[in-house]
Amino acid sequence: MVGTYSPSQITDWLIPGRNLFLTIHVLGVACFVYIVTKRLVPLTRAERDLRFDQPLRRLGRVFKFWLGQWKHPRYKLAGTIHILIFAGFILLAARAFSTLIVGVSENFVMPGLSGRFGHIYDVVTDYAATVVFLCMVVAAIRRLVFKPARYAVPARSGKSHTADAVFLLGLIAVLMVADSLFAASNAAHHVQQGEPVETLAFLSMPWMFKVLLARMTLTTLWVANVTAYLVHELTFYFLLCYRPFGIQFHVETSLFSIYFAKLERGTLKPVRWGVSDEHLDQVKSFGVKKFEDFTWKHMLDFYSCADCGRCADDCPANAAGRPLSPRFITIKARDYAFRHYPVFGNPDNSKPLIGNIYSEDEIWSCTTCGACEEECPLLVEYIDKIVDLRRGMIDDGNVPQSLQKPLKALESRGNPYGKMERKRADWSKPGEIEGCDVKIADAKSGTDILLFVDSITSYDDRMQSIARSTARILSHVGSDFAILGAAEKDSGHEVRRFGEEMLFQSLRDHNTDAINASGARRIVTADPHAYNALKHDYKNIPPVEHISQVIAKEVKAGNIQFKPAQGDAKVYAYHDPCYLGRHNQIYADPRSVLDAVPGLKRVEMKRSRDRSFCCGGGGLMLFYEPKEEQRMGVLRVRMAAEAGANVIVTACPFCMANIEDAIKVAGMEGKMSAIDLTELVDQTLVRKECTEELETVTVGG
Amino acid sequence: MEILVCERRVPDTSENEIELNAAGNDIERDELVYSVNEPDNYAVEEALQIRDRVGGNVTVVTVGGEDDEEILRRELAMGANQAVLISDESFFDSDGRGIATILKDFVRKGHYDLILTGVQADDGAAQVGGMLAAMLDYPFASLVNSIEVEDGKLKVSREIEGGNRELNEIDLPCVLSIQTGINEPRYVGMRGIRQVASVPIPILGASELSTDHVMVGVAAARVKRIDYFIPASGKGAEILHGSREENADKVLELMAAKGGLK
Repeated sequence: MVGTYSPSQITDWLIPGRNLFLTIHVLGVACFVYIVTKRLVPLTRAERDLRFDQPLRRLGRVFKFWLGQWKHPRYKLAGTIHILIFAGFILLAARAFSTLIVGVSENFVMPGLSGRFGHIYDVVTDYAATVVFLCMVVAAIRRLVFKPARYAVPARSGKSHTADAVFLLGLIAVLMVADSLFAASNAAHHVQQGEPVETLAFLSMPWMFKVLLARMTLTTLWVANVTAYLVHELTFYFLLCYRPFGIQFHVETSLFSIYFAKLERGTLKPVRWGVSDEHLDQVKSFGVKKFEDFTWKHMLDFYSCADCGRCADDCPANAAGRPLSPRFITIKARDYAFRHYPVFGNPDNSKPLIGNIYSEDEIWSCTTCGACEEECPLLVEYIDKIVDLRRGMIDDGNVPQSLQKPLKALESRGNPYGKMERKRADWSKPGEIEGCDVKIADAKSGTDILLFVDSITSYDDRMQSIARSTARILSHVGSDFAILGAAEKDSGHEVRRFGEEMLFQSLRDHNTDAINASGARRIVTADPHAYNALKHDYKNIPPVEHISQVIAKEVKAGNIQFKPAQGDAKVYAYHDPCYLGRHNQIYADPRSVLDAVPGLKRVEMKRSRDRSFCCGGGGLMLFYEPKEEQRMGVLRVRMAAEAGANVIVTACPFCMANIEDAIKVAGMEGKMSAIDLTELVDQTLVRKECTEELETVTVGG
Repeated sequence: MEILVCERRVPDTSENEIELNAAGNDIERDELVYSVNEPDNYAVEEALQIRDRVGGNVTVVTVGGEDDEEILRRELAMGANQAVLISDESFFDSDGRGIATILKDFVRKGHYDLILTGVQADDGAAQVGGMLAAMLDYPFASLVNSIEVEDGKLKVSREIEGGNRELNEIDLPCVLSIQTGINEPRYVGMRGIRQVASVPIPILGASELSTDHVMVGVAAARVKRIDYFIPASGKGAEILHGSREENADKVLELMAAKGGLK
């Protein structure tokens, strides 16, 4: 046996306790199974959710986001601590299991963990236990001393979670200490008996305990050994059964949450999984009104949330002081589930969620920017839940007055402003756009590109400039394009995200017919919300591109050249619109266009790309009157100033509306300005007639 | 409580650009979109809330043509128990007194404890409610902005000059004209309207209501519209041209000078 180590060699000590240990095992496992079964009860009463497709893709995501802890390094310190703890737990799983079994079967060796490999495993796990213990200490110090703001619980959301968090950290620390002490007391015993001694990893916790125990009497060692074992076993089972009562349940549920996580960005869940649009009339109630209206996956999300606060830390609504924190959307639902589906006793009657755990303002406050989902290490979904809750409120007629007018106008006029349909194309009237005629699509003459303008860009005086610039750019690169004119209605992107599904479907069906009747082969839009709707919410229409993609391609192909931007003292920061960036991953194209302008100075805001900070939301959000301490746009404009920029470039008409307003509200007129990417390109590109002039300049320069 | 709400379909002022027609005798109606008159919608919401508190039924009624059915359907979707369309060729172009007469005949056919109207129609003259009450010999309160139900009577508050309120007791049955802002009307979506698409809406004419022809229709109208025009813009508007801060100060000063600030 020299050179090999089996924990069974010295476990004679445990034999007298075998019956006790066995009892604890059986009770512990039985309790755990009972509690988890009770926790699963609401999932069996939940709505359907079809998440059983694409197993390979889902497994790939398990490797990336669960095993690979992909999102964790986004928060460096907490992320590193978590990766270490996670790795430690994965490594220690077999060791913990062996230790438990040894109590009832003293010769047990985990298959595959004997011999040389077993020895290496022991050394590695000695260190793993030590690292996990140290992580607990660091995490507890962070919680108790440094108190990162994102762990704080606002008064409206209940009591602080610190005590519970530290208690859990303590339990894991105790587990690590007990495990180490058990191994160390065995080793110390061997030393005293002159038996072959398993090597404990140098400077690891078991090694240090062994040094401390080296001169203890055999009886003391025996007491230490059995106590360590008992503490380990009790703590293990207590923790196992306590986890389903709080944030640590994610240890069990995260694997499933991530496997079943939503695969497609930018999309929304259907009103009911498995019910086609044609059959929606037969659905008695829309959306989520009571807890059981959530899907089982969304309930699983509630269990999986680890309360890390990253979602709320990145949520622009939370930052602006709106009554919304994604974190508490989850925590409140989880607490509801625990209260109404108790471990002991029967589920009680369901209550409406709005007015009970959620407020109306809370649910309307979300701009669906997706920052929370982008950040969540456990891939918890928020937008689908918010939209489902809104669907429920819409179904009950519970809609703020500020939103009722635009919704009604969308129904009767196809735009939220209640403007006449025939005025939709007024921005493109002959003579309005210099050097460019915009034709209205008709089936006979056909068109290559259909320019989908959408409501704000069609009707808003300021945003019409974006439409005109877009038209001039398309015209400059020689595109054959047309607009739908009066036949175009609002894309319905926000109508859908505000929960008015049937109105959305009527707008979608109308536009789908109009688009297909135009005979266009592809669609281009300058509005990321329209882009997202046409790309993800519409079916059976030609492919759609955002204008920034078109421009980037044309710049690359040499069809667009820019005048140099030197000497204008302007510093540009590109603001990623949520529905272009996060929801559709278009980060590089707009930046490549800006960088193609010779001499243009561009800086990045701290929050950019997938961490971009929503300007305040688009579509119907412009009509909603939120309760907030300040505007999201003002926060965003200050971020741009902080980055050293004096021009914010956007690629979205709603961003433009919010940011220009915010510049005024923040009193930064003259110091900061906003421009749409299309406007900047339109102003800076070298027109054909002046190409020669530029060549002279270039040669001369 | 049996509640009747009288309502009217009007061009929605927030969704139309109201222009005079070429002849100058009416507004251009080709591209108009219509909706339920806004104060009427508040009246329906109030009726639904009273019904939900004390029980009973809410009936909505309008005098018009088949196009007007859409507003009745919207109010059914909101939660009204039944809707009735009163339509008869002989009723066309009735004046306010004519409409009140038709509604009076309808009320007499049924049994209503409380009759609500909007305070006035966007294109109306705020007269039907009062006339209807007089014809029925019911008590009437106008500009009502809160209703409390008590035994056999109501406590209603009314908006009076300067935003003040007065509280009145009024015996049932009665007629009230409802001011906007009394509640927050619920939203009616497309789904709601679709769900009531097949609910039958009875149409009653002059013979069903036994209406006296002498009182209704264009011939009986004693008030006739003779012109439609846009008034010449008057003087008195002052446009401030200063900076934002200067303008704000100036506005405050003007408001204080005119007694708008206390």
